[in-house]
Amino acid sequence: MAMEYSEKVMEHFAHPHNVGTLEDADGIGEVGNAKCGDIMRMYLKISEDEIIEDVKFQTFGCASAIATSSIATDMIKGKPVAEALTLTNKAVVEALDGLPAVKIHCSVLAEQAVKAALADYYKRKGVPCDQCESCGCIHEHDHGEEE
Amino acid sequence: MFVYADNAATTAMSKAAAGTMLPAMQELYGNPSSLHQKGREANMALIGARETVARCLNASPKEIYFTGCGTEADNWAILEGARMGAEAGKKHIISDAIEHHAVLHTLAKLEKQGFDVTYLPVHENGLVRLEELAAAIRPDTCLVTVMFCNNEIGTLQPVREIGALCREKGILFHTDAVQAVGHVPVDVEADNIDMLSLSGHKFHAPKGVGALYCKKSIKLKNFIEGGAQERGRRGGTEAIPSILAMAAALEESCAHLQENMEKVTAMRDRLIAGLSQIPYSRCNGDPDRKAPGIVSFCFEGIEGESLLLRLDLAGICASSGSACTSGSLDPSHVLLALGMPHEVAHGSLRLSLCEYNTMEEVDYILEQVPEVVRTLRQMSPVWMHMLEHMDDPYQ
Repeated sequence: MAMEYSEKVMEHFAHPHNVGTLEDADGIGEVGNAKCGDIMRMYLKISEDEIIEDVKFQTFGCASAIATSSIATDMIKGKPVAEALTLTNKAVVEALDGLPAVKIHCSVLAEQAVKAALADYYKRKGVPCDQCESCGCIHEHDHGEEE
Repeated sequence: MFVYADNAATTAMSKAAAGTMLPAMQELYGNPSSLHQKGREANMALIGARETVARCLNASPKEIYFTGCGTEADNWAILEGARMGAEAGKKHIISDAIEHHAVLHTLAKLEKQGFDVTYLPVHENGLVRLEELAAAIRPDTCLVTVMFCNNEIGTLQPVREIGALCREKGILFHTDAVQAVGHVPVDVEADNIDMLSLSGHKFHAPKGVGALYCKKSIKLKNFIEGGAQERGRRGGTEAIPSILAMAAALEESCAHLQENMEKVTAMRDRLIAGLSQIPYSRCNGDPDRKAPGIVSFCFEGIEGESLLLRLDLAGICASSGSACTSGSLDPSHVLLALGMPHEVAHGSLRLSLCEYNTMEEVDYILEQVPEVVRTLRQMSPVWMHMLEHMDDPYQ
């Protein structure tokens, strides 16, 4: 079963953007589990006026898990928190020029990682976050679900 | 540098195979069933190929049935073994947990038809234990099917001893020898084998051709209804160019078996020694009973597909038993049967060598793999969590 990855996926896999950790992160989110074969951890640095100033990630997973993490960090970096909350897995897939059907769950994981990090940011601030009710400790994700 | 290290998946065709196949495609176009000269010419070539394959296995030509692939041979042998058992009122089959899907899925089909299948455990080293096989045998056991050499970890099962035990108990013994034939000595007489499956493309023949060896005394029934080909057991005009190429490739492999084994084993051992230097790595399978060319490793904290594709970018073709490469949620059933946790099995890498590889290629692999593993670990949250409980081996 050979899978076709787009050039964009391979580019982000071979040279991922924003890899690493942030010592003074304002929000950290981790989703997935090692048993299923993918874990994403995202770190956010958020300014007073709620702009995502910096973002880093660490991912254990396949090429598409690394590529979706990389592009998701690109998509939210420098953006207001409110905008990052509207990030969808579909937008991640589109930005990568598509993903094989069996890899769509990686884009779901990337969306969840961003939202889990934002939930952690709100939690630290003591602000209830109704826009990201689905985030937090998400360890379930859809496998092979087409958008 | 480009290195093809996925010879357990398939091999490049040998000059002997291609050199036999190309003229056969152009000249030997007659149908072996035809009575005229072109037919007779093709039939003579077919007879010769059957004799060659038989000789390489220490079998008689009448015991060789050409098939379309190794999977077909596995299906045929197991379904026939089951049929013969059922006719004698015996519906119990013994196999093991790390068989190829060609065997496992055929057995699953038989289970749905009311057969009872015992899957022997293989323990940490990937080996079936004779005493556990002996204990699993029942009065209604009709067939034992255990592979000669495992395709993922290279473990060589004690086939001769298993065959001897089956003979003693009067039970049919089939072995999937797809990874063994052409790579290690296989002798159906000495190894007490009743039925054996082989596949041409694992030893430098083309894809799309295999064979089933079935001992004379076993009354095999037809697998494909049709003409009188393969003594009426498998209808369909014979793929003459492929069959001749397979015979040529097997003859060459068997003629150079010892020297190839020595060459490949030396490369394998260097590869294992080098990869073992990587911290938190483990070599899978039995250290002694091992195929010359198959090397399987797990690297903690990383995932196999990423490893595989990074190596591909570096020019190295390998394979992995991770879920992502299998297209399912679970990593390889073989690695899980060894008792390996899912998260470790996800980080597996298989490098399979043949006599076409060189020590320079092995050294190149040994330059690249540690670097790729290190890079992937540095971006892995699993590795980071591991570092909370251990000293960083890269510091």
